[in-house]
Amino acid sequence: MAVASQLEGSLAVARTVARCRPQVICAYPITPQTHIVEALSRIVASGELAPCEFVNVESEFAAMSVAIGASATGARAYTATASQGLLYMAEALFNASGLGLPIVMTVANRAIGAPINIWNDHSDAMALRDCGWVQLYATSNQEAADMHVQAFRLAERCSLPVMVCMDGFVLTHAVEPVELPEQEPVDAYLPPFRPRQVLDPEDPVTMGALVGPEAYTEVRYLAHAKQGEALDEIPVLATDFAARFGRASGGLIETYRCEGADTVIVALGSVFGTLQELVDERRAQGARLGALAIKSFRPFPVGELRAALSSTRGVIVLERAFSVGVGGIVTGDVRAALAGVDVDTATVIAGLGGRAITRSSLHAMLDRHEQGALQPVHFLDLDIDLVERELARHRDGERGGPHAENILRELGIVAAGPV
Amino acid sequence: MFEVRFHGRGGQGAVTAAELLALAAFDEGLQAQAFPSFGSERMGAPVAAFCRIDETPIRRREPVAAPDAVVIQDPTLLHHVEVFGGLAAEGYVLINTSRSVRELGLGELLERHTHNRVLTLPAGELARARLGRPIPNAALLGALVALTGLVSLSSLERAIRERFSGSAGEANVLAARDAQLLASTRLVRGGLGVGGGG
Repeated sequence: MAVASQLEGSLAVARTVARCRPQVICAYPITPQTHIVEALSRIVASGELAPCEFVNVESEFAAMSVAIGASATGARAYTATASQGLLYMAEALFNASGLGLPIVMTVANRAIGAPINIWNDHSDAMALRDCGWVQLYATSNQEAADMHVQAFRLAERCSLPVMVCMDGFVLTHAVEPVELPEQEPVDAYLPPFRPRQVLDPEDPVTMGALVGPEAYTEVRYLAHAKQGEALDEIPVLATDFAARFGRASGGLIETYRCEGADTVIVALGSVFGTLQELVDERRAQGARLGALAIKSFRPFPVGELRAALSSTRGVIVLERAFSVGVGGIVTGDVRAALAGVDVDTATVIAGLGGRAITRSSLHAMLDRHEQGALQPVHFLDLDIDLVERELARHRDGERGGPHAENILRELGIVAAGPV
Repeated sequence: MFEVRFHGRGGQGAVTAAELLALAAFDEGLQAQAFPSFGSERMGAPVAAFCRIDETPIRRREPVAAPDAVVIQDPTLLHHVEVFGGLAAEGYVLINTSRSVRELGLGELLERHTHNRVLTLPAGELARARLGRPIPNAALLGALVALTGLVSLSSLERAIRERFSGSAGEANVLAARDAQLLASTRLVRGGLGVGGGG
């Protein structure tokens, strides 16, 4: 049985990744991912991971390109990024998944500019929702560490790249007890990488051949089929992990007190802990509330969600990102999973750009929900008056100036100057 | 659950203070969580950090809104930040200053708060004597140990040594001990440091 240590989340992930024996680590630092790759660079420099190579690249585009090259030659490749860094990788991300290369990457979730903001939300990973990578979301630092061990095995089993998403700052910079997966069981759980395809001068192949209309659909469908395999594999890997390491981590979904619940809050990531306390508080007052964490967003666990939510009356999808002009992103998939089931679904957008998701705000939101007064798309703690005043400044084609600066000036954060 | 909120300025080590306290609590077999506020990271800008300690695993991840103790590393923050926000009458207050609570204009805190729960202490000066720099962290934690009994001084010392190796660790341990002793004396004297001393 492993012993817990009091560790920063980033350090716990870095040490766990090291125990997965990566052979190439390539990264470009970006807040809030930096501590992870700094720690890994020190581990590599110490010689502990020899012959692992740490490649300092000039950009995130290069980081993913090096990972693709390394993986294609049969090396276990790892990188990490966040926010604008993930966007800068976008083209290479599609290549990694299209080629079926089992790269593992940590995403320390962070908002996207403009307005520039370094704090947590899920806008980065959600923007790359459709890039063909598996997307796992950790609810705690323990799970973030454990998910990386499972991610390497899943990636190599299905020949698919896997993103492990962990909330920037909320998890990466939180110091809490973590049992690091020990080397021996990690080695037993994660066998050496046996690539399905290798760039080898002795046995030449073409990776990334031009495919025209005669076969493009079939090659793309293969990616879809492999995510379907991952959907079957993820619970198996989680069960095996629990058997070997003595704790539950990962899987497709996790439910908390959903039995007999009238309303279930569905969310991704670290807010699940806060939601569990919220559920306990509401249940103590007689409300029948439950919470559900989606751990695997891609592939999306349609069957598990349908089974878990079919007997509830209301579902509130709490999302840390949104699709401008529509509302929820996760909500659409949840609704599709519940097609034909008589369930009311609401979207609550919360925690954007590092705004804390507090139990007090969630209680107020639930009170409105119980009164039937919640908007179908509700922005938690939105200062609508502030927004209205800014809209008014721009009415009738007026030269109202930049929104971000105007709003900051109203809040007294930017000193008042000539307008 | 015991929740502590640290208020400081960027560079004063509020985040490190929260982490050291969490480490000391973990050392005593407790569950602990430390994390920074998600605000500006500039040197000198007001920052907050949080530490929660409990006997069972800590699930909530929101900032500490109703602290059991607030630790103020820089008294100039008293006028800029709502450092006492959410603090109950039984809550503890620890301020790094050579002045007394009344001299800071906070006399009403003494009326409102439970006896012997408000303390000022020149932690920066104590640190300067041992470290050569006025980094008040270790000293404030030593005083917090005396004020609350949250963790033992020896756990705190182990946490400091784990985080800072060599002479930096030893100097911080000495600053923590000095502060623990001074705070204990002031508390025993029934509010001299609390009310009129310092």
